[in-house]
Amino acid sequence: MGIGTEEQLTPAPGAGADREDLQAEGAEQDRLETYVAELHVHTVLSPCAEVEMIPPLIVQAALARGINLIAVTDHNASANVPAVQKAAAGTGLVVWPGLELQTREEVHLLCLFDTLESLSAWQAVVDKHLPPLENNIEFFGEQFAVDETGAFIRREPRLLLTSASLSLKEAIESVTQLGGLAIPAHVDRKAFGLIANLGFVPTDVSIEALEISRHLNSQEAANRFPQIAGFPLIQSGDVHRLSEFLGANELTMAAPTIAELRLALQGRMNRRLKVLTS
Amino acid sequence: MTLEEIIEKLELELLTRPKDFSQVVPSGGYAADLLSCVMTGAMHQGIWVTLQAHANIVAVGALLELSAIIITEGARPDQDTLAKANHEGLTLLATSQPTFNVVGRLWELGLKNS
Repeated sequence: MGIGTEEQLTPAPGAGADREDLQAEGAEQDRLETYVAELHVHTVLSPCAEVEMIPPLIVQAALARGINLIAVTDHNASANVPAVQKAAAGTGLVVWPGLELQTREEVHLLCLFDTLESLSAWQAVVDKHLPPLENNIEFFGEQFAVDETGAFIRREPRLLLTSASLSLKEAIESVTQLGGLAIPAHVDRKAFGLIANLGFVPTDVSIEALEISRHLNSQEAANRFPQIAGFPLIQSGDVHRLSEFLGANELTMAAPTIAELRLALQGRMNRRLKVLTS
Repeated sequence: MTLEEIIEKLELELLTRPKDFSQVVPSGGYAADLLSCVMTGAMHQGIWVTLQAHANIVAVGALLELSAIIITEGARPDQDTLAKANHEGLTLLATSQPTFNVVGRLWELGLKNS
């Protein structure tokens, strides 16, 4: 994929010269690093995740795949993010706070943040918009909050595998306002995918990237869904078990931050995203 | 059967601009909430029953030149969506009834796909 080629750049307001200056400046000031990223990882808080998805094993499995940046994205919930961050401390693995929202339209949306504070603010909004239903363990599975060793803290009683009463547009706008980045998840999938549920990528809200699933590469995705070809595509393992880490996204960034990810998605200031499976 | 009779008998709320609905005769009906299915499954000039109120329903409705979209279970499109529907000349109707009941009533009234 030619994500980040000069042709795809939207010219900065002003003139081309400004941009060149900016890029030269960027190259001079910033030492760029390569991150191998898996931005869609579930823990045992997600009822559909395997019981092995506990913080120390997540960290170990990610590192074993050469991954040094992950985002923890449980369904409508985020209680295990601090535990995974603690488990990763000192290992070189960066852990972004996040969650996977299920919108009113039953579209899954990755919500990624730099800080736990921003994530907590978003979680508070999500909590207000979840229906007051209890999880049925037999149907959906267990929802465990755990500590950094994977030890049991509590069961999450609310039903997490359901839609929040937030529209895709409201959700993307709120996440962006809170300093985060929202990415519609596994858009090629029939279940909870953007294209299956909404027919096509909505134009009433700014969408910065789309995620494709492990089931196809970005070339196949562009062939099957021509309308997504213009969007930056990330690929994720949607990791529900330890064997599902893909590490498909190679990001060239100055630091592991949402602002840098944005630049990489846009291919600006020498930041790049390369999907390794394409 | 005309759209006018349907609106009256099902007590549907008109969300978009009024038209002469006595001249609109739906070709059939379709019910689903996955827009990708509707795009391939609903019939030209039919009625589509759904609880999706997302803006994309207007594009699907315009594509198929639907007689109307009935939005169920009290779901509400936002103002931009209504403006877009008016711009496209698409009729949006709303009800607090669930989809099952609406489809059942339409069937009773004789809107059956041949």
